[in-house]
Amino acid sequence: MKKENYLELDFYDIGSNLPLSRREFLKLTGGGIFILFTAGDLWPFQEERRRRRGGLDYPTDLNAYLRIGEDGRVSCFTGKVEIGQGVITSLAQMLADELEVPLESVDMVMGDTDLCPWDMGTFGSMTTRFFGPALRAAAAEARAVLIEMAAEYLKTSPSSLKVEAGVIFHKSQRQKKVTYSQLTKGRKIARQLKKKAVLEKVSDFTIVGTPVLRKDAVDKVTGKAKFAGDIREPGMLYARILRPPAHDAELISVDTSAAKKIKGARIIEDDDLIAVLHEDPELAEEALKKIKAQWKKPEAKVDENSIFDHLLKVAPEGEVVSQGGDLAKGKEISKIIVEKTYLDGYVAHATIETHTALAKIEGNKATIWASTQTPFRLQEDAASVLGFPTKNVRIIPPFVGGGFGGKTSNQQAVEAVKLAKLSGKPVHITWTRAEEFFYDTFRPAAVVKIKGGINGSGRIILWDYGVYFAGERGSQHFYDIPHHRTMSFGGSWRGTPGSHPFGTGPWRAPANNTNSFSRESHIDILAAEAGIDPLEFRLKNLKDKRMIRVLQTAAEKFGWKPAKAPSGRGYGIAVGIDAGTYVAHMAEVEVEKKSGRVQVKRVVCAQDMGLSVNPEGSKIQMEGCITMGLGYALTEDVHFKGGEIFDLNFDTYEIPRFSWLPKIETIVIDDREAAPQGGGEPAIICMGGVIANAIFDALGVRLFQLPMTPERIKKALR
Amino acid sequence: MNKKIRFKLNGQQRSLTVDRERMLLWVLRTNFGLTGTKFGCGEGFCGACTVLINKEAVRSCQFPIKDIDGKEVITIEGFSKNGKLHFLQEAFVKHDALQCGFCTPGMILNAYSLLLKKPNPSRLDIIDGMEDNLCRCGAYKRIVQAIQTAAREMKGGSQR
Repeated sequence: MKKENYLELDFYDIGSNLPLSRREFLKLTGGGIFILFTAGDLWPFQEERRRRRGGLDYPTDLNAYLRIGEDGRVSCFTGKVEIGQGVITSLAQMLADELEVPLESVDMVMGDTDLCPWDMGTFGSMTTRFFGPALRAAAAEARAVLIEMAAEYLKTSPSSLKVEAGVIFHKSQRQKKVTYSQLTKGRKIARQLKKKAVLEKVSDFTIVGTPVLRKDAVDKVTGKAKFAGDIREPGMLYARILRPPAHDAELISVDTSAAKKIKGARIIEDDDLIAVLHEDPELAEEALKKIKAQWKKPEAKVDENSIFDHLLKVAPEGEVVSQGGDLAKGKEISKIIVEKTYLDGYVAHATIETHTALAKIEGNKATIWASTQTPFRLQEDAASVLGFPTKNVRIIPPFVGGGFGGKTSNQQAVEAVKLAKLSGKPVHITWTRAEEFFYDTFRPAAVVKIKGGINGSGRIILWDYGVYFAGERGSQHFYDIPHHRTMSFGGSWRGTPGSHPFGTGPWRAPANNTNSFSRESHIDILAAEAGIDPLEFRLKNLKDKRMIRVLQTAAEKFGWKPAKAPSGRGYGIAVGIDAGTYVAHMAEVEVEKKSGRVQVKRVVCAQDMGLSVNPEGSKIQMEGCITMGLGYALTEDVHFKGGEIFDLNFDTYEIPRFSWLPKIETIVIDDREAAPQGGGEPAIICMGGVIANAIFDALGVRLFQLPMTPERIKKALR
Repeated sequence: MNKKIRFKLNGQQRSLTVDRERMLLWVLRTNFGLTGTKFGCGEGFCGACTVLINKEAVRSCQFPIKDIDGKEVITIEGFSKNGKLHFLQEAFVKHDALQCGFCTPGMILNAYSLLLKKPNPSRLDIIDGMEDNLCRCGAYKRIVQAIQTAAREMKGGSQR
């Protein structure tokens, strides 16, 4: 890998004139070798970069550290969490490789705010691409320290030594050797990573780049893996909370007398927080049902059909994301101009594990086990609710049962904390599925308006693009277009006041699903207008070499044969860029005209993500993206009227099932000399576009709204 | 309506006095601390709470405890024997047939019940038999492969 792909880092030894925080930190840790490091200035969200302190007084200039313990085991302490994306394995792999120890001797300690330095959260496909290089540099430094110590111990020069599986030996006299654990015994050495380390060449990697099994797999197939709901504390009570029938409904009156009659039930009434606590979750539920409440629902102003006009009406002034050339000139010289509007509804995260938390308060300290992607943000929120110093609150995220952005919001844990404080008991909350659909921070509904123009030879010369309320991620086109402008209205996923009738938030590859659906649909329309095969049309209008390569790779695997759409074959193409990664999808669909039902038969996806740390892990993420993406493309749509959500469970909110499974073929373009990029999200962004284009190719009708439900397809066919 | 219920749980004889309608899921999780059986939707739509009752896959969130009197219940914790993973567990590990792992216990136990009925399942049999178990991470492709592998290996080995 090229050196410039690494962060600027250098090292200094931590001497006696430590800042207090660091001395404290080291006092609290055991023996061994410590390398403290930070992923530094590459963090993209500047406003979240202010360094905050965790449960211990952490030094403020590190966000992870690794330890080679006296037993020779290697531990990495990071605020990142494992949410199913596999970083527990990919980070351990990087570490094992750089340090030259077996993967089995690496422990990942993740997300615990007492044990790990501050981290802003696990999202945005950032763990591998930003954290990975820093972790590897730290591991390389640890190895250098160990080699120096071994040279002293073996009375030889460092350059005569070599490491294999945690044993350092003399290159020509192999019997002269010492293990990592022998060297670390009784020692305490701490270093801060400050300057560039000499990293292993990619060709020297033995573990990175080879498929390995997940480190957490055995625990997950035996039921041993603990999720937040599996933690139990003595005296723990289960909470059920009285919920409004609609967002912003006002509580008029409440009668808890019948609920109080249930033996063992404790009723908490604290302003608008009305809850039942019971040691038996089913009795808590029963007591909740006995609470009589009257609510006043606000007048519903929008529903799932009128939301798009509403959004356009309330949209603030737009911001230019990118532009070039002269739109007026583009219009003038275009031979054909096509103007269309694309719509995308609200989508739920719908993780199988609902939001869950257990909060325990002892004296002036609190411990919270929570399903969260943002443990350190929760730590601050909980501390402010309790009026405790942040360091008195410890967040422990056990395994998280799916996140996709939904568990960046920690409402359930804050509720558990409030109830634990009010009741003086440890309180457990597992949201019901209906609560999950009600309080989920949905992917925002959004509108995209595109005006695109082509000249007589099939070149796109005009691109006027405006996205409303999805956000700008993925809005910038990557085609070679001389006159273009991309605008974003309404900002990112949270929207502007009054725009969304309930909470919205980031959803796997935020904004990019909406943007890629719209862009790739429009590109296909222009291809059809030009009378050119959609693959040829794209290649003709692309200059970006990475994009061309990824598209050609997909086409070759798919066996694409040129034809002008609609060809009746049901073939579709879509391409996109997310989190630094390039993806190209090709799909084959079959549409049953009578029912409007779409079966996706086959999806080929090529992905260029630079160096793939764990190729098998990358493929698993791609398969997951493709499978999950079928949902927002075909069925997933939140049904609502004003603040009332009609979806309560998986009967009306349909997520992908086994029978939807297409034949999935994934290709990871292994660019071992390029920095690793994001892998948890990119392959989902094209699913709307590729299926829309395949439906058009099958039927000759185009869908301008996601999801492409049977009803919408039947309507389009009429 | 105090009633004593006796049943076999993961190979051991157990009894429980029940004074009201309770669902097996919560009895397993609260009385026995068997938290491998998950709550996912509470209405039988997702399959995360699947257990085996007399070797048949059942949604424990919908199964009243009074109805298990005299029956045999196996949860994911009791599925491997003597520390050795079952063929299905091994196949799930080998094929990386899981991501977040929350639906995994239910998937494995449902697949077991399916393979008892159809020891030589076609791909379509597997899809039909697993249709009502939901995975949000999108591991279906590998779950199908894992079940195919386990089916082959179970025929060669002992089919418990």
